[in-house]
Amino acid sequence: MTQPQPLLEVEHLKKFFPIRGGVFGKKMGEVKAVDDVTFSIRKGETLGIVGESGCGKSTTGRAILRLEEPTSGKVRFEGRELTALKGEEMRKMRREMQMVFQDPFASLNPRKTAGEIIAEPLKVHGIGDARKRKEQMKELLQVVGLDSFHAGRYPHQFSGGQRQRIGIARALAVRPKLIVADEPVSALDVSIQSQVLNLMEDLQERFDLTYLFIAHDLSVVRHISDRVGVMYLGRMVELTDRDRLYENPLHPYTQALLSAVPVPDPEPEVRRERIILSGDVPSPSHPPKGCAFHTRCPHVMDICRDVRPEFKDHGDGHFAACHLLDP
Amino acid sequence: MSTNTPTIQKEEQGTGPGTEPVDSPLRDNLRALLRHRSAMIGGGIILFFILIALIAPLLLPYGYNQIDPDARLQAPSGEHWFGTDDFGRDIFARVIYGARISLWVGFFAISGSIVVGSALGLIAGFYGGWRDTLISRLFDILLAFPAILLAIAIVAMLGPSLENAMYAIAIINVPTFGRLMRSRVLAVKQEDYVLAARAIGMKDRRILFSHILPNSWTPIMVQGTLGFATAVLEAAALGFIGMGAQPPEPEWGKMLSDSRAFIQSAPWTMVFPGLAIMLTVLGFNLLGDGLRDVFDPRMKQ
Repeated sequence: MTQPQPLLEVEHLKKFFPIRGGVFGKKMGEVKAVDDVTFSIRKGETLGIVGESGCGKSTTGRAILRLEEPTSGKVRFEGRELTALKGEEMRKMRREMQMVFQDPFASLNPRKTAGEIIAEPLKVHGIGDARKRKEQMKELLQVVGLDSFHAGRYPHQFSGGQRQRIGIARALAVRPKLIVADEPVSALDVSIQSQVLNLMEDLQERFDLTYLFIAHDLSVVRHISDRVGVMYLGRMVELTDRDRLYENPLHPYTQALLSAVPVPDPEPEVRRERIILSGDVPSPSHPPKGCAFHTRCPHVMDICRDVRPEFKDHGDGHFAACHLLDP
Repeated sequence: MSTNTPTIQKEEQGTGPGTEPVDSPLRDNLRALLRHRSAMIGGGIILFFILIALIAPLLLPYGYNQIDPDARLQAPSGEHWFGTDDFGRDIFARVIYGARISLWVGFFAISGSIVVGSALGLIAGFYGGWRDTLISRLFDILLAFPAILLAIAIVAMLGPSLENAMYAIAIINVPTFGRLMRSRVLAVKQEDYVLAARAIGMKDRRILFSHILPNSWTPIMVQGTLGFATAVLEAAALGFIGMGAQPPEPEWGKMLSDSRAFIQSAPWTMVFPGLAIMLTVLGFNLLGDGLRDVFDPRMKQ
């Protein structure tokens, strides 16, 4: 299989937040929110990233868009190095990549109408004149399944699902190539979740979109992703095609995660063996030495406590970081 | 964008086009304010004072400085509704002209502190870093002095006059608004819609004026109304100790201090300016509390 150039390449991305304390705001330590993450996304595909809350998946998404300035590492979009772009260049690049947020109640300015919110990206990038923008805004409303008469309403007059559609329309307005969706459905009712997921799939097909889909819900990720990456404590532990990941997880953490997903069939559900992890996730300000997962891993070996396992290909693009897999 | 809209299922919509009145959050709030009884009483008192301050010359048979040696310290009567002071000046006239002074001082002092304080708070909160450190420490320094002492010190430096008292009141109120604005900006800055605006590629300045400011100004307005009451009191206090209005200006605080000698023999010289101060302050406090209830329901006890 020949690989075309990926749309987005992330290499050794790190984002550390300093912890300041004391009278003079001295740096007391740092939270390693994202600690050396590498992956790439092909054009048109959906890469899902799963992990527990606090594992750094949202920060990864924000660091890619430089909404949080990465501490180190490279992010390349269509071969262009994003981290090297200066203010105005980066601002123009934002047309190419957009974001959909988790909380549809916080991500819309309560003092602007739906129409203003959706037309804003067009205005910011100077696309069309006022009349043209209004037309496009109405079209966008239709595209995401709302009506043009919704344009004059304020966010508080919409339901959660409708608000999320407005957020999606805003992201779509500048016709981006990449959309980073940060848990776009986790704040919604289950019945609405599938509607929004279906909408996102329709839009992907129609506008040739590439998604980085961040979630903590394994079944949501399974539904929408082509490939899935699993994060634990700021690190990517496994990354492969969706089906391979769900059928043959290599990393013990992935195995434990997947064993927690209920099967919608009573017979195998009874036989299902659950791997219960003991202990809590260690603090990202003091991650364990060696493999971050060694404190909770059921198969922990001596080497895991000292040496950080390399994140590498174990055949057919099945990446994992675990010493168990080394010969 | 292509025009062939594929059929994407629509979420169930309870209402059809244009069936419900679409109101901005601001208009909703204003309507709630009109239903707020004590706020309306406060607003009524303020309107009343503004009105009589405006039409003062039409109301009055006497000038506020018209001295009548034959009518000194007269008790309230049909001729002099509020009585006269020790120079035989009509107290009703002086109280009404005093409303002009107090409202004028309050308005300009508070407007000044709001403009300066908000601008500084906005810069400190939005940009952070050394600008924040500098501005916040400046506020700390101003707040380290008791407000009225600082005002006295400023007036002492500039020289006692009504105008300088106004500057002093403006200066001592700057940190109140500055800190309030800074804290609002810090909170609003964290909101997802601000992040979304950055993700869209919006410039800092535009984010500031289009997203942060519109979501930060309501507590400033509430504090401004309450601050108006304080400013009126502070102006009266400065007038009382001779650091504000100078004779013969009919400033309420000054009138109080001038009538100290006659508390027992002619209490009306003191009662009416005192009442005027109290009513004005009460009016602004009631309105301010009402605004707070409406715009920031979480603050309600």
